Amino acid sequence: MMEAEGDLLEVSMGPHHPSTHGVFRMDVALDGEKVVRLKPVFGYLHRNHEKLGEDHSYLASMPYTDRLDYICSLTNNWAYALAVEKLAGQAVPERAEYLRVITAELTRVQNHALSVGFLLQDMGASGTPLMYGFREREKILDLFEALTGSRMMCNYMRFGGCRVDATPEWLDAARKVVRDLPGFVDEYEALICTNEILMARTQGVGILRPELAVSAGVTGPMLRASGVNYDIRKVDRYGIYDRFNFKVPLGDHCDVYDRFMIRLLELRESIKILEQALKDIPGGPVMDPKAKIRNFRPKAGEAYGRIEAPKGELGFYLISDGGPNPYRYRVRPPSFVNLTILEDMCLGHNVADVVLILGSVDIVLGEVDR
Amino acid sequence: MKTVEEIKAAIEAAVPGAGVEIVSNPGPSAQHSLLIAPESAVAVATFLRDHAELALDFLSNVTGVDWPDKEIAEKVKVTRTVTKTVEGVEQSAEETVEETRKRVEPGYLEVVYHFYSMAKKHGPVVLRMRTANRTDKVQLPSMTPVWRSAEFQEREVFDLFGVEFTGHPDLRRILMWDGFKDHPMRRDYVEPDDYDYEPTAHDEVLKKAQAHQAALAGQKGAGE
Amino acid sequence: MLGEGILKGLAETARNFAGSYVSRERLTTVQYPEERVAPIEAARVFPFLVYDGADWEAGLRCVACQICEKECPPKCIYIEKSKDKKPDYVGKLQIYPARFDIDVSVCMSCQICVEVCPFEAIKMDTEFELATDNRFGGLLHDRKQLAKSNEYFHTIHPTEASEVDARLAEEKAKVEAKAKAAAEAAAAKAAAGAAPAATPGDKPAGGGE
Repeated sequence: MMEAEGDLLEVSMGPHHPSTHGVFRMDVALDGEKVVRLKPVFGYLHRNHEKLGEDHSYLASMPYTDRLDYICSLTNNWAYALAVEKLAGQAVPERAEYLRVITAELTRVQNHALSVGFLLQDMGASGTPLMYGFREREKILDLFEALTGSRMMCNYMRFGGCRVDATPEWLDAARKVVRDLPGFVDEYEALICTNEILMARTQGVGILRPELAVSAGVTGPMLRASGVNYDIRKVDRYGIYDRFNFKVPLGDHCDVYDRFMIRLLELRESIKILEQALKDIPGGPVMDPKAKIRNFRPKAGEAYGRIEAPKGELGFYLISDGGPNPYRYRVRPPSFVNLTILEDMCLGHNVADVVLILGSVDIVLGEVDR
Repeated sequence: MKTVEEIKAAIEAAVPGAGVEIVSNPGPSAQHSLLIAPESAVAVATFLRDHAELALDFLSNVTGVDWPDKEIAEKVKVTRTVTKTVEGVEQSAEETVEETRKRVEPGYLEVVYHFYSMAKKHGPVVLRMRTANRTDKVQLPSMTPVWRSAEFQEREVFDLFGVEFTGHPDLRRILMWDGFKDHPMRRDYVEPDDYDYEPTAHDEVLKKAQAHQAALAGQKGAGE
Repeated sequence: MLGEGILKGLAETARNFAGSYVSRERLTTVQYPEERVAPIEAARVFPFLVYDGADWEAGLRCVACQICEKECPPKCIYIEKSKDKKPDYVGKLQIYPARFDIDVSVCMSCQICVEVCPFEAIKMDTEFELATDNRFGGLLHDRKQLAKSNEYFHTIHPTEASEVDARLAEEKAKVEAKAKAAAEAAAAKAAAGAAPAATPGDKPAGGGE
């Protein structure tokens, strides 16, 4: 029998597609159900964030960083504050460092709770697991609102500390939320982790070899799911991360299931950090007395500061010419770089798996397009 | 980790004629960088990646910086011969005057690379490359064959700054649409005139909004 | 056994479903607008202008210094200074905003205006039901719409408002003490006109600014 040879079918997935986590498009060429080519198309949410950064003062860029990865505004704040503090040689008081760790780890918890939920949503588990994640996130967002005034656009950190101090009541409320979190993870694991459909759909799908992951600059849970031990909290030990005892979970199979599980395991490690930080938090000021809010002009120079954001390495590269605005303001977004190998992971898989593989990258388009 | 001076020496020993210069950073971060010549960039990059001790396997950040033409006014002392008539006799004498001379320092586009090592867990090592000018000689070698992570980021630099990377497998616009003409991150980029509703405008925005309204009124007047 | 994981998950869902009837913890939603969640004190939506006393126009704390206009990241504030002056809370003559507009369709609730205001004049509101059928003009709030009393500020952010009141009272006391000391010094000087060499010891006590 002769093999039928048909033409390739070009499918444009997105930009308005529920599985693309925003306005993102993939030009996919299909041979039957198999993906033979996949080109991501960006820019639907492009607002030239970097140009805005160059047109605004250092302080005025802080609320704009909230809108990069709008799920995790507090880690964005921290990355930007860290870069500016490096640029200006600004010290941060101890209590502010603790508050930064607490808010950043709470951000990581809610991001991972949401991203596993969305991954399952992409797989067809419509609703239930996602809503469980949302339920937990709600408690953390209430904490953010009580501390910073806003649920998502926190605008909390300043160069040399944090904007407001946490009250003892807030810390107690945070302790209560953190105490309940392991129960949520247990529930989540019972709900889905041994689910046969999940395993059939995700195991062995979207393999990313560690060599390629390193070369492609993939960071965050995706990299660690490929078995590369690289967590910036451990490598750079920025802030006060050297004081906490936590492990870095690593994957073995480099597939979608590992990425899913790594996020759940990281969630447990974040809870550990939170418990330690909430126990040890010292008193004192939350702003360095030398820090300036208005008329902040760092000396000429440049700095690259980076942190381990929930999605990977979030870096800010700043060049100062001594003026009130940065001369160059660059954001190194984790999800944008992590998408580099999307095609490599999808080739040869069914088109239905593309949705799943994209879900496992955990992108936010506010950050990809900037 | 090695200092920039040591890395420079190592590169010069391994890649002959590499033309490495240290660009010092006066700020408190003290992240000094190495300026490399575009001709030997790929060789230097490969060397840095495969070097046993450096092992810069992770290219974290690629970005462009636009340095437009700079007009520098400097005072120079000029000695010249002047002919003077003293008591009916022409004499030539030398006199020194201070003159303000303006010269234009040509601008260039710069691409900055931040490297880390995942194997050795150190970094960053900062490399820079500069184009010859900002208009036609904007070609630089691509790092994508050495590090895949440069692929999208170099496309972004091409899109927003207009640096053309030779050897890039798929150099297209990435954030702006294909038909877009200018490079929005350049310092001399002119924003489109689209101030339709600007109730709280001030400073430059107000001027632009007023100009827009005036143009609009002019159009209406002409159309009637 | 195949299907064990699915059954386990279904049991978990059933537990949550049944639980939502008995435990408040598992029922996390409320039926807005009939029901509302408890307000959070630190919440912020859009800025408003604080005024003291009964008359909003006379009591506005804002002195039209335009710092917020300059620092506002999306430039949503527009201020026009007045030509004349009116007394502020300590009695000093100050200019006031003849126009103060905030375009809330542009405002991003970052509260940088509140942080940079040296006069405690602009604060964040918690009012969020601002829907209007006029997309442009309806979202441009003028100073009359923005002016809200100090009592209102106390009801929405009690802790912050008390702190602000204490700070302002302290400042006022300082200014009054200074004025009193100055008046006394003037009186002493007038008296010293008869007997020269006034004692330098009677400097104002609380006037260190």
